[in-house]
Amino acid sequence: MTFRDAGLVSNVIAALEKAVERGTSYRLMHVCGSHEHTISRWGLRSLLPEGLEVIAGPGCPVCVCPPHEVGEAIELVQRGAILATFGDMVNLPTNFGSLAEAKAAGGDVRVVYSPLDALTLAARNPGREVVFFAVGFETTAAPVATVLCSTGLPDNFSVLVSHRRTPPAMELLLGIGDVCVDGFVAPGHVSTVTGAEVWRRFPDAYAMPVVVAGFEPEDVLLALLLLVQQINQGEPKLENEYARVVPQPGNVPALSAIDTAFEVTSAWWRGIGRIPRSGLAVRPELGNRDARQRFDVHFEPEQHDLPPGCSCHLVMLGKIQPPACSLYGRKCTPSSPNGPCMVSQEGTCFIWYTYESEASAATAQGGAA
Amino acid sequence: MCLAVPGRIVEVRTVADIPMGTVDFDGIRKEVCLAYLPEAAVGDYTIVHVGFAISLVDEASAMETLAMFRELGVLDGELEGAAPAEPGSAAPAVDP
Repeated sequence: MTFRDAGLVSNVIAALEKAVERGTSYRLMHVCGSHEHTISRWGLRSLLPEGLEVIAGPGCPVCVCPPHEVGEAIELVQRGAILATFGDMVNLPTNFGSLAEAKAAGGDVRVVYSPLDALTLAARNPGREVVFFAVGFETTAAPVATVLCSTGLPDNFSVLVSHRRTPPAMELLLGIGDVCVDGFVAPGHVSTVTGAEVWRRFPDAYAMPVVVAGFEPEDVLLALLLLVQQINQGEPKLENEYARVVPQPGNVPALSAIDTAFEVTSAWWRGIGRIPRSGLAVRPELGNRDARQRFDVHFEPEQHDLPPGCSCHLVMLGKIQPPACSLYGRKCTPSSPNGPCMVSQEGTCFIWYTYESEASAATAQGGAA
Repeated sequence: MCLAVPGRIVEVRTVADIPMGTVDFDGIRKEVCLAYLPEAAVGDYTIVHVGFAISLVDEASAMETLAMFRELGVLDGELEGAAPAEPGSAAPAVDP
């Protein structure tokens, strides 16, 4: 079955126009960079009827990775470790500098695609300590956990964990008075690991509609339609628009690996602060694989963890859209990023800037022709 | 880093008790861990995140997503640093 149907988009838009009640405001939040890619790339916001708004929440794990954890990674580089991490992490600016700067100063920082690549690095460099700086939500935490649970790990391999769990951040948002959200579009790929059920407490405990959605434009629009219908009916529930991919109970081997390798802990989110039960820490019995224990590196969070003038915290909480930041597009661009949301490919500012530039380039080209 | 990229499984094998496979992403072949999808078979399309297959997907959806990533120029960047397909490369051995 293909889910791509040219007519479907206009049908769903027509249904949305019918469903959206005049005078009612629908503020629907997604928490996934990939959803923002779909929405921005296809210009979906411009198709939505008046009164219906889709806003981006804290859906970028690189963006919320706090400076003190990057500082720990830089410290390990300076002590001579090979530090392997994802490409987006390297240019993340912090008060401690960036990993790119640590590399330029002679440190050994390697970009990898997968924790498996870090494992290969460790096997090939038996005389060096290899630390994988593990950043990401549940979809990344599971692979890292699987690696940690494996037998025959090279002795020189450890992980600096900066994983975050998505649901507690969404719960926190609901408690912030001036963040007004009427429904959540839940992230499809996170849900393939956690299962759709992980979102059930939102309708049950907070009367908050949730629809798990895929990443085609039709997926996102259908999710919006389902949320609008739930709001109109006053019956908040959990629906799974992406059932063709997301199982209701989650991926058993992945969840079991997470549970074996990690324990739930509170964690600091850059620009947001400490969120209870939102982090994962390596279990003490695997202590030797936890780079913080192994090298006794423990940096404390800083209250002011964004550069001066940066509004990433407001962007991540859905309080403003990127162009409302005074730095956006002027002192902060993908080639010269100031804040974390402009660094990562999953950051809201990066995504907005990328597609806005493409759109204006296309317009300019059209005008010249 | 967070993009989950669809690809076609072209080879399945077991390395140190772990199901591993080679996945073709629009011409780029990579080693992928199949521990989360023990039922995956050659010819299946799967969504791969950081080197792990996280779910199966139908061919048409996979092709469309791949075409979009290719058009956006993010495919090579996303797979940056990934180990090329190489039988016998490092694979985790997971305790049962």
